[in-house]
Amino acid sequence: MIESDAFVQALQDMGVNFFTGVPDSMLGGIIAELMDRRLYTPAVREDEAVAMAAGAYMGGKVPAVLMQNSGLGTSLNTLISLNLIYHQPCILIVSWRGQGGKDAPEHLVMGEVMPQLLDTMKIPHRTLTEAGAIEDFKWIAETFMKQRIPVALFITKGVVKGLHP
Amino acid sequence: MRPEQGTLISRAQAMAALLELLTDQPVIICNGFPSREAQKLVDRPTHFYMIGSMGSAPAIALGVALAKPHKQVITFDGDGNVLMGMGTLATVAALKPKNFIHVVFDNEVYGTTGNQPTISNVVPLEKVAKAAGYTNVERVLDLDDLVYEFKDMLKKDGPSMLLIKVNEFAEDAGRVVLDPPDITKRFMKAIE
Repeated sequence: MIESDAFVQALQDMGVNFFTGVPDSMLGGIIAELMDRRLYTPAVREDEAVAMAAGAYMGGKVPAVLMQNSGLGTSLNTLISLNLIYHQPCILIVSWRGQGGKDAPEHLVMGEVMPQLLDTMKIPHRTLTEAGAIEDFKWIAETFMKQRIPVALFITKGVVKGLHP
Repeated sequence: MRPEQGTLISRAQAMAALLELLTDQPVIICNGFPSREAQKLVDRPTHFYMIGSMGSAPAIALGVALAKPHKQVITFDGDGNVLMGMGTLATVAALKPKNFIHVVFDNEVYGTTGNQPTISNVVPLEKVAKAAGYTNVERVLDLDDLVYEFKDMLKKDGPSMLLIKVNEFAEDAGRVVLDPPDITKRFMKAIE
């Protein structure tokens, strides 16, 4: 399991210096670490977080947005009619609720369709693994710089240490 | 009654007066007629014209304000836009960026789609901002007051909201001509 502080440090080492989002239990450890480091700006909706990140990007920051995958649904229009058409990149750190059909009912549909949904929107994505984490981070940094669009990193259960391990 | 009694100015008249008081401050302008009118009135590289993502202008401006704490950041917004992204009033109020001025042109309609009524005739948006915790909030009906209050806000620590009641008139202003990626590049360079 990846420790939350190592996860945050890896993002900071990549140059990410603006973090916003809406919490999910699976992201609790990461958000606690970001708050400890005074790096986290909380948003009230995921689409607001995405727009705030776009503004921060234009102000010279490298932004990341944390959210549960239900928030991807909320963010669709902002990702499409702001980030994609204006070429404004951000790193989406998305907890994959409902993966494999094992979760509360409200997570099951998004849990099943999420990868195809992002494929349809032409937003590149990857699922973080402990063994491949260094590769995954390298891929994010390269895609972010080259394509200037949002890239998503899916966090599955048990890969990054949460608040209640 | 629509527009509110005593409201004489159009959004473009109000915007022209504001733009005259601005120089190189970043201005994030909401989608629809406001961006088109601003482009027609005065096109500056410090203008970020939105053509989509309705409701997001203050959130984008907030991101810019947090990234650039030494620049005063302005957003030109509309009543329909504020209602759509109303949570951002709370986010702004909680974070209290001193360099944030939120201008709302309130014509009580969705002007770009054919003047369907919003609900800002019964929900006073500046009171919502005040209750959320904006530091300075003013509601103005005429040109003299708007110039006086905006000058004052430019001197004060924010976050501030200037709500301007305007009539429904929209300028004959064409679509935003720049390509969106060029708007991003130009804006980033201008506020560097």
